[in-house]
Amino acid sequence: MDLIRLKNVEKKYKNGVTAIYDLNLAIEKGSFVFVIGGSGSGKSTLIKMLYREEKPTKGQVIVGGLDVAKLKNKKVYKLRRKLGIVFQDYRLLPKLTVYENVAFALECIGEKKDDIRIKVLKALEDVGLKNKVHEYPGNLSGGEQQRVAIARAIVNDPKLLLCDEPTGNLDPEKSMEIMRVLEDINKGRGTTIIMATHDKEIVNKMKKQVITLKDGHLVRFKQKGTYAE
Amino acid sequence: MKPFRMLGRSIRDAVKSVIRNFSLSLASISCITITLIIVAVAIIASYNVQNFTKEIERDMTIVVFLDNDATESDVKKVEKEIKAINNVEKYTFQSKQEVKEKMQEESEVFNTVLNNWDDEESPLKDTFQVKVKEIEKISSTAKKIEYIDKVSVVRYGEGMVDKMVNAFSAVEKVTYGIVIALVLVTVFLIVNTIKLTISARRKEIEIMRLVGASNLTIKMPFIIEGMILGLFGSIVPILIVIYGYFAFYRYFDGYLYSRLIQLIQPEPFVYQISLIVIGIGILVGMIGSASAVRRYLKV
Ligand SMILES: Nc1ncnc2c1ncn2[C@@H]1O[C@H](COP(=O)(O)OP(=O)(O)O)[C@@H](O)[C@H]1O
Ligand SMILES: [Mg+2]
Repeated sequence: MDLIRLKNVEKKYKNGVTAIYDLNLAIEKGSFVFVIGGSGSGKSTLIKMLYREEKPTKGQVIVGGLDVAKLKNKKVYKLRRKLGIVFQDYRLLPKLTVYENVAFALECIGEKKDDIRIKVLKALEDVGLKNKVHEYPGNLSGGEQQRVAIARAIVNDPKLLLCDEPTGNLDPEKSMEIMRVLEDINKGRGTTIIMATHDKEIVNKMKKQVITLKDGHLVRFKQKGTYAE
Repeated sequence: MKPFRMLGRSIRDAVKSVIRNFSLSLASISCITITLIIVAVAIIASYNVQNFTKEIERDMTIVVFLDNDATESDVKKVEKEIKAINNVEKYTFQSKQEVKEKMQEESEVFNTVLNNWDDEESPLKDTFQVKVKEIEKISSTAKKIEYIDKVSVVRYGEGMVDKMVNAFSAVEKVTYGIVIALVLVTVFLIVNTIKLTISARRKEIEIMRLVGASNLTIKMPFIIEGMILGLFGSIVPILIVIYGYFAFYRYFDGYLYSRLIQLIQPEPFVYQISLIVIGIGILVGMIGSASAVRRYLKV
C-alpha cells in the first residue's frame, strides 16, 4: 500500500519561482527513499509539502490517506504527530539535556511522564546515545547531536520519517553512522524514510530507491538506484 | 489528566518568562497597577455617590406653598397639575388647618400665638409635599411646579444634590477618559512584553510545531503570562482598596460632611471591589497577550 501519493503537484512560490512542476509519485509503506538533485532542484520543497510547511499550488499531496493540501492550519498538528522530521542543523534546544530534548516532543503533545520516560530511553537506545542522556547538546559532536534529533523525531514512533540533508554538516564517517541508524529504524520499526541529500557516496552505498529531481522536474525514480548525473 | 498536565507546563513556562523579561514585565505590571488604582477609586466613589444619592433621594421632597388666598378649587387645580408632571412619584397635601394643628401640638408657644390669628390673617399656607422619581431632574420639576397658578413658593434641598450630582458626573467622564487611555497604554505594554517572550522562544515554538503541539498548547503559555501580569498588577491596588477604604471609613466615622451623606460599610464592599479589580486586571492582561499572540505567533 502507498503511504504517500502525489498527483500533478506544482509548487510556485509567491516570488514567482516554480520549485516543483507537475510531480506524480507513489511511495510504498516501509520504503527508504532518497531524494537527490542539485542545489535548488526542489528537494526541500518536496519534503516541506509532505509535512505541510508549504502547500502545493496545484494537485494533491496525500500522506497516510490524508490530503495534506486541504488540511486546515489548525489541524496541521494532527499530521505532524504522525511523522518525524530531521534537519541539517539538528534544531535542538541548547538549554535542555539530551533526555529533555527528546522528551520535549512528547510533553508538547501531553503524554504521561511515565510513558515519556519509557519511550525516550527506547529512542535514545535506538540511536546509540543511552550513555549521554544527561549531556547538553553543546557538549556533543555533530553526529551525536544529529542522533539526538533523530531520537526526537522517532520517539513517538511515527509511520514516516522525513530527513532534509541530515548528513549535510557531517564528515563521511559520521554520515555513515547516521545512515546506519536510519537503516536500523527503517528495518527495526518499519518506519518509511524519505531523505533529501546531495551526497553521492551515501546514495551509491545504500542501494535504496532514488527520486532524482532537476530544476523542479522528476527525472528518475529507480529502485536500488545510484547517483547518476 | 492531560489538560491539567498541559496547564501545569503552561503556567511554569509563563512564570519563567515573567522572570526572564523582568524589566518589561515590571513596566507592564506597574502600568496595570496604576490603571487599577484609578479604576478602583473611581468604582468606590461611584458606588458611594450612587449610595448616598439614593439615601438623599429617599428624603428628598419638594415643598410647594400655595398663595394665602388659594381656594379649595384652586388647590384641586394645582393638585391636578402636579399629578400630571412626569417626574412626580407621589405627593401629600396639608391644608393650613392641618399645619396649624400640627404646630400647635408641637409647642405651647405656637399654640397661643396661632390661636390669636384667625383664618384671614394667618401666615400659614396650604402645602404639597412632592416626592420625585429621579433626583437628577428635581430642579426642572421644581421649576415646572413654580409656574403653576396660585403656587407661591417652592423649596427643595437647596441645590446641594444638584451640584453634587453634576460635579460627580463631570469627574466620572474625565475618569473614564483617563482609564481608557491607561488601559490602551497597558495593553500596548503587555503586547510588547509578550512579543519579547515569543521572540525569545521562537526556536522552541518552531520545534513545538514540528513535533505536533496543538495551537492551544502553543498559545497557552503566552496567554497565561498575560494573565499573570494582570494578576500581579492587581495586588497593590487591592491592598490599597482594602486598607485604604477601611482607614477612610474609620477616619470619617462613616459619614461625609453631614449625616446626610453616609458611606458604604467596608465589609463586604471592599472584597467585592477587590474581585472586580482582579477581574479587570486579568482581563486586560489576557486581551494584551491574546492580541500579541494573534499578531506575532502565526499559528
Ligand atoms: N520560501 C521560498 N520562497 C521563494 N522561493 C523559494 C523558497 N524556498 C525555495 N525557493 C526556491 O525554490 C527552488 C527550490 O528550492 P529548494 O526546494 O530549497 O531546493 P533544494 O532543497 O533542492 O536545494 C529554488 O529556486 C529556491 O530558490
Ligand atoms: Mg534544500
